[in-house]
Amino acid sequence: MNIQDYKGVFVFAQQVDNVLSGIALELVGKGKDLAKDLGVEVTAVLVGSGVAPLADELAEYGADKVIVVDDPELKEYRTEPYAHALASVINEYKPEIFLIGATAIGRDLGPRVSARIHTGLTADCTQLEIGDFPINPIPGKEQLHNQLLMTRPAFGGNTIATIACPEFRPQMATVRPGVMQKAPREAGRKAEVINYNPGFTPDNKYVEILEVVKAVADTVDIMDAKILVSGGRGMGSPENFKILEDLAEVLDGTVSCSRAVVDAGWKPKDLQVGQTGKTVRPNVYFAIGISGAIQHLAGMEESDIIVAINKDETAPIFDVADYGIVGDLNKIVPALTEKLKEAVANK
Amino acid sequence: MKIVVCVKQVPDTKGGVKFNPDGTLDRGAMLAIMNPDDKAGLEAALRLKDQYDAEVTVVTMGLPKAEEVLREALAMGADKGILVTDRVLGGADTWATSQTLAGAIRNLEYDLIITGRQAIDGDTAQVGPQISEHLNIPVISYAQDIKIEGDSVIVQRQYDDRYHVLKAKMPCLITALAELNEPRYMTPGGIFDAYDAEITVWGRADLKDVEDSNLGLKGSPTQIARASDKVRKGAGEKVNLGVAESVDYIVDKLKVKHVI
Repeated sequence: MNIQDYKGVFVFAQQVDNVLSGIALELVGKGKDLAKDLGVEVTAVLVGSGVAPLADELAEYGADKVIVVDDPELKEYRTEPYAHALASVINEYKPEIFLIGATAIGRDLGPRVSARIHTGLTADCTQLEIGDFPINPIPGKEQLHNQLLMTRPAFGGNTIATIACPEFRPQMATVRPGVMQKAPREAGRKAEVINYNPGFTPDNKYVEILEVVKAVADTVDIMDAKILVSGGRGMGSPENFKILEDLAEVLDGTVSCSRAVVDAGWKPKDLQVGQTGKTVRPNVYFAIGISGAIQHLAGMEESDIIVAINKDETAPIFDVADYGIVGDLNKIVPALTEKLKEAVANK
Repeated sequence: MKIVVCVKQVPDTKGGVKFNPDGTLDRGAMLAIMNPDDKAGLEAALRLKDQYDAEVTVVTMGLPKAEEVLREALAMGADKGILVTDRVLGGADTWATSQTLAGAIRNLEYDLIITGRQAIDGDTAQVGPQISEHLNIPVISYAQDIKIEGDSVIVQRQYDDRYHVLKAKMPCLITALAELNEPRYMTPGGIFDAYDAEITVWGRADLKDVEDSNLGLKGSPTQIARASDKVRKGAGEKVNLGVAESVDYIVDKLKVKHVI
C-alpha cells in the first residue's frame, strides 16, 4: 500500500427509502472541515436504486463530488451488495479518509468493508480532527502529519480514547449520529456527479429479504427535538409520564426517557437517551427523576441547558446539570407546567 | 448441526464502575462477566441445541483467566469450550481479534457462528462482521429472532424504525442483541460438571491460515494516540427550595436563557 496514492475525504451518504438520513449531511459537513484542513475535496458516496436525484441535496450541503452507485440490487440495504459497492469505490478512487454513520446500517457495513480492504476502523466517533501521530514527538519515532485523529468513548462512556490509523488507508471511522454539525444549505450549489457501477453478481453472501416490517412512527425523533422532557425510574409509573407530556406540550417539546424506563417496559426503545439509546443535544434537556448513570450522561451531556429535578441531592445527574432542583417531582412538575402556561400566555 | 459461539470476558461497566484514586478505571475491582450480548448469543445457540440437537462449541480469546466464561458457558449447557490465549495475540484491535478468532474457527466444523453484537467495554460491534468477512460467509447482524429452515436460517434483523426478515444459506454468522432472549441460569449439576470439564487451550500455532502480520498489537491497523478519563462539564447550580420557589427559579432561568 502506497499511502501517498490515497487522497480526499469520502463519506457514505446513507439513504433509507431514497431519503437521505440526517447523518449523511452531518458527515458531509464534518468531511468538508477535514478536507479543508487537508487541502482536498469532500466526496459523498451515494448507494442505492434510483438515488441519483439525491446528489443535488448533498451538493447544496457541501459535497464537492458525488459518486453514485445505482443498481437494482441496492434497493433495500443488504450487507453484501453495499459492502461490495463501498469496497469497489475505495479501491477505484483511493480516498485517505472514509466516514460512515454509526447507525444500525453503518455499524454493520463499516466492519465488513474495512475487513475486505484491510484497514482499521474506529467505531462510534464523537470527535474527528487532523493532527500529528504520535500527538507529541517521541524520540526515535517519526511523527506523521495530517493524520485523522478519531476520538471515541469507551467503557460505557467512562473513558475516551483517541485513535489513529497511520499505516493503512483509508482511515475509516463510524461517526455517532447527532454529534457533527451539518453545514448551512447553499441553494443551487452544484457538485461533480460521477456514476460508477462495479457490477453486482449475487453469491453465497447475498441474503434474501423475505419481508420488511416498518414500525408505525408518528412521533418526533428525539434526536431532532429542541426541548426534551426526559423521565427516569423516579417517575414511579408509566401513567405518571402524563405530567411530563403536559410539560412538554407547553414548551413544544418531546418526551424521552432513561434506560430503566425502557427496561421496565414503560416506554419504547426509540425514546431512550444514553449509551445504548440515542445521543441527543437539545437546547434544553429536563432530566426528571433520572439519577444520571454514566451511560445516560453519555447520551445527553452535550445538551445546551440541563435542568435536573430529583429528590436525591446526591444523584450524579446534578454533576452535569446547569440548574439542579432538589425536590419532589410530583409537586414541582405540575406546578411548573401551570406557571409556564401563564408565562407563555402573557407573551 | 454445529454451532460456534464467540464470547468475551469483560469488566462489568453497568452500575459497579470503580475508579482508582487517580481517576482511572479500576478493572481489578470490577466484576469480570460474560459480555451480555454474547450471553444472549449463547442462549440462542442453546435453544437451537434443545430444538435440533445442535452441538455448541464456545470460543473465547483472552487472558488465561477468560477460562471462567467458558466454564460458565459449559454450565449453561454448551458442549465444548476453547480458549485462545497467547502473548503474541495481546493488544489486538478488532482487525487482529477477528483474524485470530477466524483462525481458530477454521479448525472447526460449523453451520452457524453466533457472536454478540458488541462488547460493553469496547462497544465497537465490529468483530462479528469482520470474522464473517475473513471466512467469506454471510453476516446477519442485530438478530432479534432466529429460526432454522432446512439448510437456511431465517432471522429478524433489527433496524431503527423497522426490521427485515432475512434468509441466508448456512454457513452464516449472526450477531445477537441482548434483547434476543433471557439467558438461562447455570444448573447446579452443570456447574459441578463444568468445574471438572476439560477446556481446550489454543495458542498462536493452532490458528489456521493467519499471517503473523495480522495478529496482536503489531497486526492492528488502529493505534491509540491518547487515552484519558472523560472530562465532564462541571456541575452548575443546585438549589433546595420549596415547590413554589423551585418553580419560580426554573421559570426565571428559562427566561434568562430566552427559552420562553
